[in-house]
Amino acid sequence: MSPLQVYVGGVGLWSPQLANFAALRAWLAGSPMPSPAARPPAATLPANERRRAPESVLLAVEVAGQAVAMSGRQASELACVFSSAHGDQAITDYMCETLAREPSGLSPTRFHNSVHNAPAGYWTIATGCHAPSAAVCGGQLAIVGAGLLEAAMQALADQRAVLLVCSDIAGAGPLGEMTDSTQAFGCALVLTPHPGPRSLARLNLTLAPKQAPTSSTSSPIPMAWHDANATAKAALPLLLLLAGHGTHYNLATADMLGLDIHWESAA
Amino acid sequence: MPEPIHPLAVSAYTVTSALGHGLDDHRHALHSARSGLRANDFSSAPLACWIGRVEGVEGTALPDAFASWECRNNRLAWLGLNQDGFVDRVRAARESYGASRIALVLGTSTASIGATEEAYRRLDADGRMPADLRRPAIHAPHSLVAFVAEALGLEGPALTLSTACSSSAKVFASAERMIRLGLVDAAVVGGVDTLCDSVLFGFNALELVSPEPCRPFDRRRCGISIGEAAGFALLERADAHPSAPRLLGYGESSDAHHMSTPHPEGLGAELALRDALARAGLDAAQVDYINLHGTASLKNDEVEAALVARAFPASTRASSTKAFTGHTLGAAGILEAAFALLAIEHGLVPGNLGCSDPDPACGPQFAWYNEHRRIDVALSNSFGFGGNNACLAFGRVVA
Repeated sequence: MSPLQVYVGGVGLWSPQLANFAALRAWLAGSPMPSPAARPPAATLPANERRRAPESVLLAVEVAGQAVAMSGRQASELACVFSSAHGDQAITDYMCETLAREPSGLSPTRFHNSVHNAPAGYWTIATGCHAPSAAVCGGQLAIVGAGLLEAAMQALADQRAVLLVCSDIAGAGPLGEMTDSTQAFGCALVLTPHPGPRSLARLNLTLAPKQAPTSSTSSPIPMAWHDANATAKAALPLLLLLAGHGTHYNLATADMLGLDIHWESAA
Repeated sequence: MPEPIHPLAVSAYTVTSALGHGLDDHRHALHSARSGLRANDFSSAPLACWIGRVEGVEGTALPDAFASWECRNNRLAWLGLNQDGFVDRVRAARESYGASRIALVLGTSTASIGATEEAYRRLDADGRMPADLRRPAIHAPHSLVAFVAEALGLEGPALTLSTACSSSAKVFASAERMIRLGLVDAAVVGGVDTLCDSVLFGFNALELVSPEPCRPFDRRRCGISIGEAAGFALLERADAHPSAPRLLGYGESSDAHHMSTPHPEGLGAELALRDALARAGLDAAQVDYINLHGTASLKNDEVEAALVARAFPASTRASSTKAFTGHTLGAAGILEAAFALLAIEHGLVPGNLGCSDPDPACGPQFAWYNEHRRIDVALSNSFGFGGNNACLAFGRVVA
């Protein structure tokens, strides 16, 4: 198989430590880093939606908005793929707790916000996007690789720009013990089949046997950031590539399958 | 508009729902216009509604090797996989292509959340999940795909699609792209969703659940009946199976309108339809049968009936099968893809069960009773929360 080639036209990032991709670059360059807001600003949403939207939606919309703004493209033109290992765990915890106690008291709004494609729904509504939107999930280690593969497939098969959003919030309640998520982390990429004036990098992707994850102790960024949740663990090494640290990363994309990613300058 | 695709062979398929286990049970139920709905005997607290419950899930134990995957959703998946010789067909494909050259793409809306609900009903004294349910993999949306990958011995790309009620329709699109780009040679697609309190009480809270068996497209319809189902299909390049039915095309779109109600003019649904026809290289007039989303919710049926009336000639036949099976949510896409394929294979247009007084929005395309006629091209519509739409096009090989 010849490598699949996609171009990265924009990057979004949010965690309780990093307000955006520029903050990661600044931190890597040794500059002081401003503290992000207490919750993702998600400015793409209209104010009334922002008040109503659950945390998983705010996080996904925040990083999506950053990546699209950097790409200089119209959000309404982009197909989108939203990946999350656990969806909105706070809502799942609320629903299971309410169902165990008083099932008929379930909130209708929280129920429709509980679907895995809630971020995709809010995003397409806020941006007037009629393009295909997907919400996907992969195995714990493969969560970002599964989403990246789906987004790259769409970009190449349909020759169109695709927004990929990978995000997970912190676990809550008894479910939290099962999900290994201690804090929120989200990132987003705009992928295109051809280079554009704002392309940051070209990614050459090849399916290859999965490699054992490299120890995060060799990473220049704090272990605690990696360990925030499944998405952070898989995505941070990819973001390091995009920030110019290293040129190759084997990202798990299924249980036994990896995605060999080679980074090249877009020029 | 997208370019036409090369059709793919649907070289094997199977479904299990309230109508029975495997294709024969489904074909017989459609022929005799027999609904699989029953009064709700499932939810952990009483709820006056009708459900499409699969017989025999409780008695289907997973083999010991898969014990860690034990939960209702994976049991239904296992029951579904073991119908119509599907496992053997996948084994043959695995031997011919190699385990890493077959993708697995399944749709589900709630995966095994029923097990998470159960754990919350049985929390221990410390407020933790009970020991037997402290299995992280079944409390994740990927539980179904991870289990099926292991059960079928597949080692290729493995993806969960979870876009509510369009989930297991969109799997066909994802698989087609992977095969077209040469990532894999074949794909197992499908979906499984099981009854659970989350969906029964959740749709009830939205006032979308009917107290009587659902009546799609009836003037007095009053909501959905929820069901459960498992279905799978094997997709391969057409030349490998010259006479197998074909996936001709698919369309996907977003309404950009509302989280839980469809676009009032069916904008997204029509975009998905036009996209599917373009990929299939077909005109609307060439469509013989449409299996509609037809949930029996007030808005869905109104919008979908209007779309059928304006987009198709009277010669196109259309019906909803939700009164047979209930709305099987994330499994509806694959279940109704199977109904479209059965229509092609057996020349049967299933009558739109449950409707005695059609909504005036319904045009002459509606088949209110079974019709026997040759079906060369059949579509299946699936629309989900978040305004997520998919349309699939299937066809026979015409010599």
